[in-house]
Amino acid sequence: MHEPSISREPSISREPSISCLEGLGLPGGQFSDENLGKSYSTLAERKASYSKIIPSLEEAVTLSGLRDGMTVSFHHHFRNGDYIVNLVMDKLAEMGFKNLTLAASSLSDCHAPLIRHIQSGVIRRIETSGLRGSLADAISNGLMETPVVFRSHGGRARAIESGELPIDVAFLGAPSCDPYGNANGYSRDVDGGVMCGSMGYAKCDAQHAARTIILTNHIVQYPNAPFGIPSTDVDYIVEVPNIGDPAGIMSGATRFTKNPKELTIAESAANVIAASGVFEDGFSIQMGSGGASLAVARFLREKMLAKGITASFALGGITGSIVDLHEEGLVKKILDVQSFDLRAAESLKNNRFHQQISASYYASPADPGCAVNLLDAVVLSALEVDTNFDVNVLTGSDGVIRGAIGGHPDTAYGAALAIVVCPLVRGRIPCVVEKVNTVVTPGKTVDVIVTDYGIAVNPRRYKLRQRLVDAGIAVSTIEELQQKAQRIVGVPAPIAYKDTVVGVVTYRDGSVMDLIRQVRD
Amino acid sequence: MKRLRRTMLFVPGNNPGMIKDAGIYAQDAIMFDLEDSVSLAEKDAARFLVYQALMTMDYGDKELVVRINDPSAKGGREDLEAIVRTRRAVIRLPKTETAEDVLLCEKEIARIEGECGIEEGSTPMMAAIESAAGVLNAREIAFSSKRLIGIALGAEDYVTDLKTNRSPGGIELLFGRSMILLAARAAGIDAIDTVYSDVNNEEGFRAEVELIHQLGFDGKSIINPRQIKTVHEIYTPSEKEIAKAQAVMEAIEEARRKGSGVISLNGKMVDRPIVLRAQRVLALARAAGVLREEAENDA
Repeated sequence: MHEPSISREPSISREPSISCLEGLGLPGGQFSDENLGKSYSTLAERKASYSKIIPSLEEAVTLSGLRDGMTVSFHHHFRNGDYIVNLVMDKLAEMGFKNLTLAASSLSDCHAPLIRHIQSGVIRRIETSGLRGSLADAISNGLMETPVVFRSHGGRARAIESGELPIDVAFLGAPSCDPYGNANGYSRDVDGGVMCGSMGYAKCDAQHAARTIILTNHIVQYPNAPFGIPSTDVDYIVEVPNIGDPAGIMSGATRFTKNPKELTIAESAANVIAASGVFEDGFSIQMGSGGASLAVARFLREKMLAKGITASFALGGITGSIVDLHEEGLVKKILDVQSFDLRAAESLKNNRFHQQISASYYASPADPGCAVNLLDAVVLSALEVDTNFDVNVLTGSDGVIRGAIGGHPDTAYGAALAIVVCPLVRGRIPCVVEKVNTVVTPGKTVDVIVTDYGIAVNPRRYKLRQRLVDAGIAVSTIEELQQKAQRIVGVPAPIAYKDTVVGVVTYRDGSVMDLIRQVRD
Repeated sequence: MKRLRRTMLFVPGNNPGMIKDAGIYAQDAIMFDLEDSVSLAEKDAARFLVYQALMTMDYGDKELVVRINDPSAKGGREDLEAIVRTRRAVIRLPKTETAEDVLLCEKEIARIEGECGIEEGSTPMMAAIESAAGVLNAREIAFSSKRLIGIALGAEDYVTDLKTNRSPGGIELLFGRSMILLAARAAGIDAIDTVYSDVNNEEGFRAEVELIHQLGFDGKSIINPRQIKTVHEIYTPSEKEIAKAQAVMEAIEEARRKGSGVISLNGKMVDRPIVLRAQRVLALARAAGVLREEAENDA
């Protein structure tokens, strides 16, 4: 450190009235002579005397200024092991709040207790990427007066940033946090027993919420570096005994499928990628966590080794199989918005080029340079696809909500090659149909459908189709696949719906894609 | 072109899901089993299911085989009544010990063919040999009927009969395999090797397939679609083999154009065995998709 060249008098009011300062927007502030407030205490003394830790959740809520009718937000990095949503909503109910909007990045089976908060009027509105289990059942059966708004990860980030979905108070669970709010999905110091890896979806909320409260089971020493959420985005911290069930948050490593049907689909998808024209040195890729899309990694690995190429980055929900490719040197860098298994979370902690990114960085359509727009290929799953190539990942064959949009429409739009993998039929249910129940990803953005019974290429991509044919890949039309499915399982009776709308599916830009109606019992 | 039988996938006859999906993989043949993988209580249901599958499902150009129960008993005869009528499947006879076993089954098939106006002899058969007596009678079995397209080794029962068990190297099967192979070759039919049941042992499976490939078997029975790729890889000729086979075929063409009776390649005489080997290499290469243009030109 060198000495400052100008002596540092408290010069704030030396020439207070000189006219050239007018109009520069320099009103002066908190550091007046009388109230300089400089502290001479040491780091240890300061840590003992000040932090953002609030003794109870109730006090933190009161300090946040939450009022009836406001919007509270949550992330879903704890998946089906999450305790935070129920813990906070129980407290808000107890404190007498009403008419709240619950804006979660997604909701799972474990959030069934929200049903009673909806019934009692604590929650009036829900925004989420997905719904599952008995909460989804109840909502599909008309639990809520106001329809649920479904957004993709990129669409949610855009809505939060643009003010379309303003968040008043974000309640964000974190496996580690220091007393000033540097929070993360792991800790490089002492492990707190719970780990979720990337905090990608929480980052947007922390950044844009009027108030952010971190709930953690693990207060660590300052500075909790590296951090997923910086202290600058955090107002209050509440220590709670448990933030989630580690078993529900993530398993050791996502199991590699042995199902021959899924392997067949995965191998076909890898063949499509290899023949598509994007499979060159430095390509980029995203693969999902479903059995077949996960298995694509293994087949691609063989092809990368054979061709002697590497990928510049892998994006998305990250699994152990991507980490394996990274550690083998086949994938240079990992951009991780959500870590799917412990192996991925540990890699984020230990691998230098495994980078945590926010939902906005990942997929916000407001940024033309968002990561999904730099994808060469993405492999996505589906509940059903139709002859328009429209994809449904949200409602089941009974019309009931049972899934999540996730980054499906974001990556399909962004990637040069969007592949949807899906069995032709599941049990007695056709998965290639004339018209999907719910359009989540528009067919215009889907390039190839890979099923166990054949491959169809979107007619918009006739050159791609030719490339696959030239490589010896058998290509059917989507109508042929639909007919094949129909020959095997027949035509299901149509789902009986009421007129009431229970869900609104939005596209990335906030426009309405489709409506989900109440099912008839 | 002679049909390839590199892989014959076993599908339990009482599993609708597996029966439905049996056609989506790359195997050469599907063998629906009505025998050992079906419990006594489910025999009727399995027979009905496999009959319906044969009549309704589209399995493309795969060879379809049905393993029936012992045709000297009621269940086996009922299997034949159902399956022969479909006109779509090869009948696989289990636990064949003598030529008479084949002839008895053939007689039943011929009777059913006659009853429902199917051309006599149009239902092919194959016989599985699964005992010491069967192995010793392999030659007679292989020559017993014109309907036979091949004989197969069933190793589990065979090693039990030998009072041993299956070892990783498979030394205990060497005589049986060789006997069956020689009998099949003498009779001009195919020889199919037994299943390898430890699906997760990919290395052991690969070693066994390399062994039976080297012995000369036409292919292997498999119990999981995951095994298909390994077999086909091993049965796919190398680039060098393909180039050599193509040179042989070109030499024949050349000799034909010149009206020459003697075919020579690089100064060496090309005789019948070399031509047959070359034809087989090219057939395998086409089946494996490594010789596409050729196949398209042929078609």
